[in-house]
Amino acid sequence: MSGLDTLIEGVLLGGVYALFALGLSLIFGIMRLVNLAHGDLILLAAYLVLSATTALGVSLVASTLLVVVVMFVLGFLLQRLVLERVIGDDILPPLLVTFGLSIVIQNGLLLTYGADSRRIQAGAFESMSIAIAPGVSVGLAPLLALLTAIVAVALMQLIFYQTSLGRAFRATADNPQIAQLMGIDERSVYAIAVGLSLAVSVVAAITFGIRANFDPSIGPARLLYAFEAVIIGGMGSLWGTLAGGIVLGLAQAIGARINPEWQILAGHLAFLAVLMVRPRGLFPSGRP
Amino acid sequence: MTVDSMPIAANGEIELPVAPVWQVRVGTPLSRAAAIAGVAIVTVLLLLPAIASRNLIQDLIFVFTMLALAQLWNVLSGWGGLVSVGQQAFVGLGAYALFATVSLVGIDPMLATPLAGLFAAAIAAVIGPLLFRLEGPYFAIGSWVAAEALRLICAQFKSLGGGTGMSLSPSDLSHMIGLKSVQALFGLRPAAGRDVLIYWIALLLTVVVTVGIYTFVRSQMGLALAASRDNAPAARSVGVRTDRIRYWLWIAVAFATGMVGAVIYQQKARISPDAAFSVTDWTAYVIFIVVIGGVRTIEGPIVGVLLLWALMSNLGKYGSLYLLLLGAFAIVVMLLMPNGLWGTVAHRWNLQLFPTRRRLLRSDPTTSERNSAIDR
Repeated sequence: MSGLDTLIEGVLLGGVYALFALGLSLIFGIMRLVNLAHGDLILLAAYLVLSATTALGVSLVASTLLVVVVMFVLGFLLQRLVLERVIGDDILPPLLVTFGLSIVIQNGLLLTYGADSRRIQAGAFESMSIAIAPGVSVGLAPLLALLTAIVAVALMQLIFYQTSLGRAFRATADNPQIAQLMGIDERSVYAIAVGLSLAVSVVAAITFGIRANFDPSIGPARLLYAFEAVIIGGMGSLWGTLAGGIVLGLAQAIGARINPEWQILAGHLAFLAVLMVRPRGLFPSGRP
Repeated sequence: MTVDSMPIAANGEIELPVAPVWQVRVGTPLSRAAAIAGVAIVTVLLLLPAIASRNLIQDLIFVFTMLALAQLWNVLSGWGGLVSVGQQAFVGLGAYALFATVSLVGIDPMLATPLAGLFAAAIAAVIGPLLFRLEGPYFAIGSWVAAEALRLICAQFKSLGGGTGMSLSPSDLSHMIGLKSVQALFGLRPAAGRDVLIYWIALLLTVVVTVGIYTFVRSQMGLALAASRDNAPAARSVGVRTDRIRYWLWIAVAFATGMVGAVIYQQKARISPDAAFSVTDWTAYVIFIVVIGGVRTIEGPIVGVLLLWALMSNLGKYGSLYLLLLGAFAIVVMLLMPNGLWGTVAHRWNLQLFPTRRRLLRSDPTTSERNSAIDR
């Protein structure tokens, strides 16, 4: 049954990677901005949740809601105060500013929380598991992470295609100038997009922070997984991103099965292989 | 102008009106002075080991190698528009190639250095076409993924220390070409003599890289590269082979970056995958140097590296806080002075020591030296 276990583990891991990727592809889809601090912002969210549960003593659900609000506001301000000034035809300034931000957050976390590994405590929930078939049981937390990812993608899809905010997102993504002529405030749309991206990252942070230890140095690796999920799945497709996350999770799980040292490498190689065979990803789509 | 209005000289010959002559110029009187000063400074630096302390020599090895990396990143990402966050890949590959050839094959470190560059270039030639499928900002993260993959692959080689790394034994380094003569010349012990030798190689490499990039950027190829960055379809329409020029730039930069990596690790004599492929050490610092100094200038990285050296000597002991401040400083510079410190100074006082921009000069033959310049 170990083969099946590996596959299940990979798929569940993929849910977490898809959640990492959602925020990244949201900003890229709308603003053509690649946020190099994305992984570190996920980690910041994880630490904020950790602080809220331990220092404030509120429940995990309450602290999640609190941190979602905090991160949304942070994202909104980040766009309005910093990113807005550097976004333009030249791709260099926004990349460098977000790269600088990555260094600042990473070292800020190191100064505040130290280099020790931490984990978000979710009580008995962490170790619960359910049997999905005779002899095969999966952890409840990883399963919920995958379900959360599916719900998050569905919600995002709903926002994009069924709401006026989503229409504003798509219009601005297609042509910011004409969207503005139609009465869309481009600046607010961008700021809301970054805020939403960081809010989604909180969900990613929790699903990840419950199942694995984290420390301040691992942010960039989260960015790379998110990026790989987006590219493997195919740019501009939300369901593709979910699939990309699962492919990445499977590659890592299979790699780890062969040799524990190969887990991460297997993921990178799968990404490079997809890039070689299908440069537009497995499930490309024309629109975000 | 009608025929009537043409001035006709007394002897009946038609005197054509003298048209103003337009010339494209890059150099300025100041740039010629700067070139002379540059030669003088390099000469002084060449002779410095005769009087300098070993600490200063080691510091300057750091300055030279970081400057070379910064110039290389600047030409790739600034002028070429190939924004890479994965240049640590080539530092690491060069370093590992050096360790492999020196400790496993027993080649002299001096000869191993260009081999290390070739190895980095060969890997770049293979992964380049893959990464070039990613546009603009996605290329940046793609290059980072490639660097991570290469780091993990290097960690698989048990004969090179696996994940924990290895050291070069002193005996491997004691036969370096020229080491005996340097020791005799300055009366130094082997370790100090080796530092002097590496110092000269680092200086040579930096000067060659800087002068090479300067020449390249001023050449027609450099103009073609800038055109590829600014508007690739338009560049192609006038006959610039944008893909080819970027591909060769990528390989050439990897070659030189690999050699710099080999030089850095000759001096360190101890390697590990995490250190050799460190994104902080070989890419973040390099980006700070270029951004703070001034992107797309030759002077910018020089200013930037001196600033980094000063900051590092004074604040380096604070570790994380130092990095945090450096990151914040880079963001502020990017927001308030997008052209960096040097770029701002150069613009303010119209100073260009190593000019790379082409200016259209109108030299009116009647008023010979009154030039009106149009910056391009």
